[in-house]
Amino acid sequence: MSENFRLDNGGLVNRSKKISFKFNGKKYFGYEGDTLASALIANGVHLVGRSFKYHRPRGFFGAGVDEPYAIVQMNRNNEVDPNVRATEQELFEGLEAKSVNCWPNVDFDIGAINNFLGKFFPAGFYYKTFMWPKSFWHKVYEPIIRKAAGFGAASIKHDKERYEHKYEYCDLLIAGSGPSGLASAYAAALNGAKVILAEDKSRFGGSLLTSEVTIGNQSGQEWSEKIISELKSMSNVIVKNRSQVFGYYDHNMLVMSERISDHLPETEKYTPKQRLWYIRAKEVIISSGSIERPLVFGNNDTPGVMLSSAAKEYLKIYGVLVGKKPLIFTNNDSGYETAIEFKKNGIDPVVLDTRKDPNSEIIKEAKDLNINIKLSYVVVLAKGYKKVSSADIAKISDDKKNISNIVNIKCDCICVSGFWTPTIHLASQSGNKTKFNEEIDAFIPSHSKQNETTLGSANGIFTLEETLKTSFEKGNELSKKITNKENKILVPSVVEKKSSNHDKFWCVPLPKGKNYKRFLDFQNDVAVSDIQLALREGYRSIEHVKRYTTLGMATDQGRTSNLNGLQLVSEIENKVVPQVGHTTFRPPFSPVSIGAIVGREIGKHSKPTRKSPMHYWHEKNNAVFVDAGVWLRPRYYKQGNENLFEASKREAKNVRQNVGVCDVTTLGKIDIKGPDAAELLNRVYTNAWLKLPVGKARYGVMLREDGIVMDDGTTTRISENHYHMTTTTAQAANVLSHLEYYLQLVWPELNVNVVSSTEQWAGAAIAGPKSRDVLQKLFPDLDVSNEGLPFMGYREGNLFGINAKIYRISFSGELAYEVNVESDNGNFMWEKIMEIGKVFNIEPYGTEALSTLRIEMGHVAGSELDGRTIPYDNSLEGLVSKKKDFIGKRSLSKKAYIEPNRQKVVGVIPLDKKTSIPEGSYIVKDSNAKLPNPKLGYISASCWSVEYDNPFSLAIIKDGKNMIGQKLFAMSPLKNKTIPVEIVSSHYVDPKGERVRS
Amino acid sequence: MLYIKCPHCGLRSQNEFSYGGDATVKRPELNKEISDQEWDNFVYLRKSPRGKHLELWQHISGCRQWIKVERDTLTHEIFTTLKSNEEL
Repeated sequence: MSENFRLDNGGLVNRSKKISFKFNGKKYFGYEGDTLASALIANGVHLVGRSFKYHRPRGFFGAGVDEPYAIVQMNRNNEVDPNVRATEQELFEGLEAKSVNCWPNVDFDIGAINNFLGKFFPAGFYYKTFMWPKSFWHKVYEPIIRKAAGFGAASIKHDKERYEHKYEYCDLLIAGSGPSGLASAYAAALNGAKVILAEDKSRFGGSLLTSEVTIGNQSGQEWSEKIISELKSMSNVIVKNRSQVFGYYDHNMLVMSERISDHLPETEKYTPKQRLWYIRAKEVIISSGSIERPLVFGNNDTPGVMLSSAAKEYLKIYGVLVGKKPLIFTNNDSGYETAIEFKKNGIDPVVLDTRKDPNSEIIKEAKDLNINIKLSYVVVLAKGYKKVSSADIAKISDDKKNISNIVNIKCDCICVSGFWTPTIHLASQSGNKTKFNEEIDAFIPSHSKQNETTLGSANGIFTLEETLKTSFEKGNELSKKITNKENKILVPSVVEKKSSNHDKFWCVPLPKGKNYKRFLDFQNDVAVSDIQLALREGYRSIEHVKRYTTLGMATDQGRTSNLNGLQLVSEIENKVVPQVGHTTFRPPFSPVSIGAIVGREIGKHSKPTRKSPMHYWHEKNNAVFVDAGVWLRPRYYKQGNENLFEASKREAKNVRQNVGVCDVTTLGKIDIKGPDAAELLNRVYTNAWLKLPVGKARYGVMLREDGIVMDDGTTTRISENHYHMTTTTAQAANVLSHLEYYLQLVWPELNVNVVSSTEQWAGAAIAGPKSRDVLQKLFPDLDVSNEGLPFMGYREGNLFGINAKIYRISFSGELAYEVNVESDNGNFMWEKIMEIGKVFNIEPYGTEALSTLRIEMGHVAGSELDGRTIPYDNSLEGLVSKKKDFIGKRSLSKKAYIEPNRQKVVGVIPLDKKTSIPEGSYIVKDSNAKLPNPKLGYISASCWSVEYDNPFSLAIIKDGKNMIGQKLFAMSPLKNKTIPVEIVSSHYVDPKGERVRS
Repeated sequence: MLYIKCPHCGLRSQNEFSYGGDATVKRPELNKEISDQEWDNFVYLRKSPRGKHLELWQHISGCRQWIKVERDTLTHEIFTTLKSNEEL
């Protein structure tokens, strides 16, 4: 099994560093610089997986990002990583990988029975078969299909790796470091442009690493090394390997994923595993090269059948033979280059060329090396199950329609070359309307939509000389436009072998009476017969054919299958390829891990966390926190073994009996200044604001233009032209934008400035019958009597040497004050309040007690002002001015808003005075009515009234005004509860509002 | 991600802005008698053009100014950006 396929020397791997790794539990050795694929092939391993649909044996087809087969599940540092291409995964010490899509193992896979049932799995099989009975899909079919399908399993554990995002701006972003990328980057860099050169692979140089060319007096590889080291030394250039530009988005924003640690046994400390770069480029050069196209023949998916360019890459970069008895099947000169490499390393290949009498320097060299060349020959069928063992080959007629003289020859690999397909994905993503180039039988970019330029073989240019010349020119031209500098470069002389024209032939006809599977899409198991069937069944648009057959829909995005699929459709349809058109390329070019996309914005970092200046006091005093928007607020302060219910009851009770203090820093605050400030407030709020005296606060409600309540809060007149507005915690940002909208766009004539001051002030609400005593001791010099500081009054005071603002406003319904100090003094204020309040039994209270206090007072809040209610619904109609106009007023006369039985907020008490009513319960007249039971309304908020020691809820119900005293039912289907209730006034405690004025 | 030229701050990425809808809608004057139909048109009715559209954006993470952006809703091309008090 572990026959050695490694050459004694050659390649770019580091033979002095041996690396051990495991594949499917078995231990192997490779060298530093190997990929998992090259190391496995060196060990003679060609069976790496099973195919998606038929579970046919799968080997290696390519040597890089084009690989459709060799997808493995990685185990790295105790973390699993699915969907990894073995051809891209660099080898590291201790690497562990296993095959996917096979059970119990890759050698013996039960699913392979699908292969023999192949005729029952035609295109659209799933759509046709699992339609009936309907209920079976969800419970029977889907789970089974899911289990059988897929390229690996994601971990269900939290990913402990770190992923980062980075934003970068540059003059030129160059995707691909082959000859065109290097030349354009070099020219642009010399002109002083800020350049980013990205290479997907670990090695720079692209095709220069494997081609036999001379640039100046250096080999292609030496030249690429020289250019890269020069670029690296320049401060205006960022050079990145293992970095794939995978998406071209709007306005020249490109996204690149940099694989920083995937090639290492474990991620180094303080280093991310991967980094996503968001790059805004002034100009983009796409030098993404081209991918070899397969030729299509019977069983062309057998392990050992692979691209001839891949065979050459394994030889030249890794010093690995993909076989010792190679058959090379080509329609162009590229196959000969691979054959020459084999021959030079002592292996005798056989070349089958579909052409009749091709002639070129390369072919001459092959002939001179005595390579066995058969012209007008094709492979009809690959034989062997888990590895190619022989091939049926045949003579093909000049019109390419008939085959004759079929003979079997022994071989252990078949290297195919059906010419080259430019990699146009990025150009297409950018919106480039591509065009079909008859000469190369492929699409190339045409009119750029954004600032993108495609160079080299990605643009269909296959000679090095022209590639270098145009790339130096373009790099110079594009950068000169930006930097206004020009540093002319002499294009070096190039020595390369000239090629002859390729043959347009791509698919070998079937021998009479044979029905071999000839695959187009190697990852999704789509064969020629599937496309034929789809067309017979009436599918015409290439987009439909794609979705029906899944051609090109696998994770390789059809890199090796798209064009052959198009050729087939156009042949059957008797159209030319450009009429058929290609399907849309969408980002990402190849799979990107979810971790990289999410970046650092996970868990606690998914949104900012805002903390009040008193946060650490709360923490020290056993606060249990709750998320309030992006703020963390104390929900309750735990004493002993208390639970939420007990603690909040204790805290609320203490406010009603003594005094409590609540952190209200999170309230939105907006500073409003200017001669027209009062006029602005008068237009924004529903009530009148022009006559509010200095030193007084007022409660206000603001609407949206559609009449729905947007927010409420108090605004205080600090001085003649200066107001302090408060908003709810949740709406702070929206209210500011709302004010800015009207000031900037609708009423620019108003001379007013607004600015958020939320973070400038720390706030404490001191509430309860003893709050005046606390306040008096905090501000001994201040007249805090009911006359000196009346309800809705405002004073400035001196709190032990710091300036404080005191607002006599109340949310709890008790006598209450809100004290604001500059944020830095927040903790000082809080500790002073606690210290002074001690003799009055002051206790801090959290949001849960705050809710209880406001609910039993019937004060509406977020759960009633929920974006669906108008002032009337919240019993706020008394605040709606009849005299003046304001935002949203015109909507309030809408028919639905003035109906006599319009919904209104009410209080709800369970008849047994014991059962708490779940929030969200429906209010219904008859609990036994037939479903759907007509609902009268819903419970918006519930609490345990500390005043009456029984449950109390607020509800918004139809005709609420006339429902007081009615006996109804609260039903919660979720909690499976039906509770008989009585409707009461929403003002359950202190209905006349005497306490706040006391 | 769009690249929007704030007339006050220069070119900035879309994530610094928030979208504000159709910029051609004019709010009826305060205290003016208008029909239900006119009011409803102002509050609810918006065109959803395929192509050029003058829209409002607010540079919330920048200068906080509301600006007007003429954008192609199909291609995302941005033709001009204007200050709040400028007209096309």
